[in-house]
This record gives sequence, structure tokens and C-alpha cells, in this order.
Amino acid sequence: MIIDINFIGLIIASIMASSVPLILASCGELITERSGVLNLGVEGMMIIGAISGFALMTVTGSLIIAVFGAMLAGVLISTIFAFLTQTLITNHVATGLALTIFGIGISAMIGKNFVGIPGKEFPVLFEGLKDTIPLLGPILFGHSIVFYFAFALPFITSYFLKKTKIGLIVRAVGDSPESASNQGINVRLVRYACILYGGSMSGLAGAYLSMIYTPQWIENMTGGRGWIALALVVFSTWNPIKILIGAMIFGGLTIIQFHMQAVGVRIPVQFLTALPYIVTIIVLVVISRDSRKIRLSTPSSLGKSFHKDN
Amino acid sequence: MIKIVKRDQPSRAIFFLTPILAIFLTLVAGGLIFYILGFKPFEALKFFFIVPIADKYGFSELLLKATPLCLIAIGLSFCFKSNNWNIGAEGQLTFGAIVSGGVALLFYEQEGFYILPIVILAGAIGGMLYASIPAILKTYFNTNEILVSLMLVYVSKLILDYLVVGPWSNPEGFNFPETRQFSDSARLPLLFEGLRIHAGIFLALAAVVISWFVFYKTYLGFQMKVSGFSLKTAKYAGYKGKKMIILVFLISGACAGLAGVGEITGPIGQLHREVSPDYGFTAIIVAFLGRLHPVGIIFASLVVAITYLGAETAQIFMQIPKYTGQVFQGMILFFLLASDYLLFFKFKFIGSKK
Repeated sequence: MIIDINFIGLIIASIMASSVPLILASCGELITERSGVLNLGVEGMMIIGAISGFALMTVTGSLIIAVFGAMLAGVLISTIFAFLTQTLITNHVATGLALTIFGIGISAMIGKNFVGIPGKEFPVLFEGLKDTIPLLGPILFGHSIVFYFAFALPFITSYFLKKTKIGLIVRAVGDSPESASNQGINVRLVRYACILYGGSMSGLAGAYLSMIYTPQWIENMTGGRGWIALALVVFSTWNPIKILIGAMIFGGLTIIQFHMQAVGVRIPVQFLTALPYIVTIIVLVVISRDSRKIRLSTPSSLGKSFHKDN
Repeated sequence: MIKIVKRDQPSRAIFFLTPILAIFLTLVAGGLIFYILGFKPFEALKFFFIVPIADKYGFSELLLKATPLCLIAIGLSFCFKSNNWNIGAEGQLTFGAIVSGGVALLFYEQEGFYILPIVILAGAIGGMLYASIPAILKTYFNTNEILVSLMLVYVSKLILDYLVVGPWSNPEGFNFPETRQFSDSARLPLLFEGLRIHAGIFLALAAVVISWFVFYKTYLGFQMKVSGFSLKTAKYAGYKGKKMIILVFLISGACAGLAGVGEITGPIGQLHREVSPDYGFTAIIVAFLGRLHPVGIIFASLVVAITYLGAETAQIFMQIPKYTGQVFQGMILFFLLASDYLLFFKFKFIGSKK
């Protein structure tokens, strides 16, 4: 049997493509969590981004407006979360859940008029170079700009947290809001910014799904990816580079089920579909078993409200 | 000038009044959304909240929807009170439905008074088994229960899907994704001729009474309260934290499982793909809106059940998308959490002094 080397390249490229939304949302949430805020609304923000992107694309016809509009929608919806948790000091977990329920509802409400409308083709870069290098060609070339951005994001995020002053401030706020506040840092402002940034990345992740990955609007099309993105942040022990690895594993699981069905492996389709969720649980168990390691890498104030008494 | 001052002590009166404020604000915001969508706000709200329960049938439907919500929320209140974030009740409900449905199918075309109790028990056990997974992983492997319980929701729905499409599908069912109809002995009796409200409501009421007793009259209830207030204090007092985590998850899983039994042996009568319109998630809102108090949860389940009915009615009469129900549910929780601010802070009016 001759295996076409470019075919392997295509499979790897499709695994990468399916991990893009996970990378985007996880990297966004990672910054939010590094500032000490646990936003469980990723799924909700993502689905809002998905419908906003698709709706704007259909209505305005402009892909640029659609992509940035989806990010803005993510920012707007996360503003609700930020206002509640930071200004009104509500519980992070409950507020995040409310955000997800609200997001799924409102996206379906807006999306009612967009069901069944075909999407648009999203331009890809370096299409012509695809066949120039065997194996690597399909992996490196012929993808959307969002794809390239997603794979750069973990490195940018890592650099931002480790090497920049603002990154240091974000970490300080997450690890010890009291002392950061005593140093004159406006904890609330930093957390607001990190929440809104997380929202924009979730919005972008959603737009990728509805505009590029499967260009159409389907209700509930995020299908739990927002929750897997949250799990990935734990998996990465709050290290952006490891998000890349985790996202590829989950992307791989998604793609493998298609290929296993195609080759005719006699496993019920439901078990293959359940695989990413089951693997998430197993991975979480393995990662969390070492409670000392988790405690060392978790932002110390994660999920705890901070209120400065005036 | 208005100044915001921290209260010396959270206000108890406001603790039970804010849910009402939250419902009011949700109605206002809902009216606004209807207006934006191009509907007459008052008419839409009327179709949403009054028309569905205006007659006997509607009221029975309200109780039918409130029953699982109340039952699950009571179970969840055990978890939430003790700081355990079980958000996978939907999965526990589904798994309870699977186990009890499987047992009910074993008694296909058999009659007997003993069948229903066995089926009900099977559902409770199914829910408990499923809830024990996040509980055990949390206690022994330090795994985040939020993510595990949620992932298991997706898994449970896929298991159900596999069973009703594959091995359990009705042999005479023309490949519809559903099982055979349960025998009459495996069905919860209806309370009134012509109405769908069934005996499952007594399960919910029993759960209310039992939980009230446990919360306020037992040592376990006290331990849960202390652990919810401060885990450190609980540890200091020497409470067996692990045992309690598992116990509250089991209780909450059993309640969700029973809600699943109520659905499939009540209105549905068989297993198919959609045994629950997200009751397990909505019950989280019910638990909070009811302030984790058994009586509060009864009222909250009735209020939130209206959003289900209202969504259906509004869809039929005004072509308002049915997802508006979820939007309302999300908003109720938002406003409730927001109005908690009044628990800890108060506005003080200060005359401008010079």
C-alpha cells in the first residue's frame, strides 16, 4: 500500500484546523484566569461570537466587519460578566453559568433567521505554495488568517505574561490582589480588561466555527467546545504553550472519529463522538492528581472576589 | 448625594426579597427585548406569563414542568450549600432515565404492583452512580467537579442516543430512535383524567420535606452549612470532608435520577432521544432563585416553569422564537446575582453638608 505523503499532511492540517477554536478560546480564558477570574461563560461567549460573525457576514457581506464584529460581541457579552463579578462582586461560577445559558438562548433567538443560509468562502493565504513542499506544504500553507493567528497566539501569550510589564501586572493581580492593590495597581481595572480580552478571543473562536470551519449557522454549534477550552486551561497548568499541545490532542480526537468512520471501523458513532469528553475527564484526573503541582501553578486568587474597602 | 455603604451584617429580609426584585427586573428587560424584536411588549409578556397558565390544563402543565425542576433543584441545594459545584444534573437525569428505562423495558408487557417501585429505585440508583463519578474524582483525585460533571452530560446523552438508535430501539418501530412503550405498571399514575400531571409531584414534595428536615434539624445540615461558609472552619471542626462531598453528590444525583424517572414514566412513557429539555441546567437557576431553601425552591420552580410554557405559547401565537425561554432564564440569574449586592451594601442618602 502506498500512502500518499501529502494525504498525511492534509490529515495533520485538518487536525490543526479543528484545534483552532480551542486554542483561541483557551488562550483568552488563560489570561482571564491568570488575573484571578474564573469565567465559566466561554461556551456562551463562543456561541454569541459564532452567530454574530455569521449574521454580520450575511447582512453586511464584509468578512472583516464580521470577524471584528464577532470579537466585539464577545467583548460586549463579557462586559456583563465583568460588571457583575467585579463591580457587584457576584460569585464567578454562578455568573459564568448564567452567561452560558443566556448566550445559548440569545444566539438561537438571533440565529432563527440565519438557519439554512449558506456561508461565504473565507479567503486562504499562500494557496499556491501548498504543493511545493511534500508533507509540509498542506500543513503550512493554504489556511485562513485566523488559523495562523491561532497558532501564533500561545507564543504571544507566553511572551506577554513572562516578558512584558503588563503581563507581570496581570500575574500579580491574579496571585495576590491585596499586595498588587497596595502597590497602587487598580485590581478591578486589570480584571475588567482581562475578562473583556477573554471575551474577544471566545468571540473570535466562535466566528471561526461559523465562518471558516463549517461556514453555516447551526444552533448550539459550539457543542461543548467552550467547556473543553476551559478544561484545556487546567490541562495546561496555566501555561499557554501547553494549550497548543492539548488543543492538538482534542483536535486529533475530533478528526480521527471521521476517519475511523470512513475506513469502516465498527465502533458506534456515539462512542467516537463521546471520546473527546471522556478523554477530557481522564486528562483532568491525571493532571489534577498531583495536588501540589496544581496548587503551585494555579493563580492563587482564582475565582475569589476581591473588594477594596474604601 | 448617595453613598454606598457596606452593611454590618447581610440583611435577611433582603435575602428573600431580592428574588422577587430579580423576577421583576427580568420582566422589564424581557419586555424591552420583545420591543426590540418588534413585538408589543405587554402583549408578548401576557402570552409568555399569563396565557399559558390561565386554564386548568395550563396549570397542570405548569406543575408538570415544575416537578422535575423542583426535584433536581432540591438535590442541587445539598451540593451548593456545601460548596460543591455539581452542574451536571442534566447528565444524572439522563443516566437515571437510561437505567430506569432499561429496567422498565425488562418488564415489557408485564403487569404488577411491584414494577413501578423497582423502576423508580433504578432511576435513583442510576443518578447516584453517575453523580458518584465527579464526586469520587473530586475527593480522591482532586479533579475539578464542574468540568467533570459537565463533560458527563454530553457522554450521557450520547449513551442514550446509542441505546435508542441501536440495541434498545423498538423492533416494530420502523427504525425510529425510540424504545418500546413501557407497560402500564411501569408508568406513574395520572392524578386527573385528561391532564398530564402525574404522581411524580409527590416525589418532589417528599424531597422538599426531607431536605427541609435535613438542612435545619440535623447535624449533617449544620456541617454542610459550615462547610459552605468556610472550608477551613469545617476542617478545623474535624468534619469528614470527603464523606460529605460524596454524600451530597449522591443525594443530588438521586434527585436528578428521580426527575428522569418522572419524565419517562410520566408524560413520555418510553425512552427517546430527548428525555429532558435541559431541566438539569435550568434547575441550577431554580436552586439559586429559591435561595437554596426548600420552600423558596418550590416557588422558584413554578416561576421558572412558566418560562418553558411561555416560550411554547409565545411561539405558537406570536411566532416568538422558543429560545426566549432560555434568555429569560439566563436573565433571572443575572439579575438575582446582581441584586445580591443589596445584601451586603446599602445606599445611604447624605445631604450635602458644607
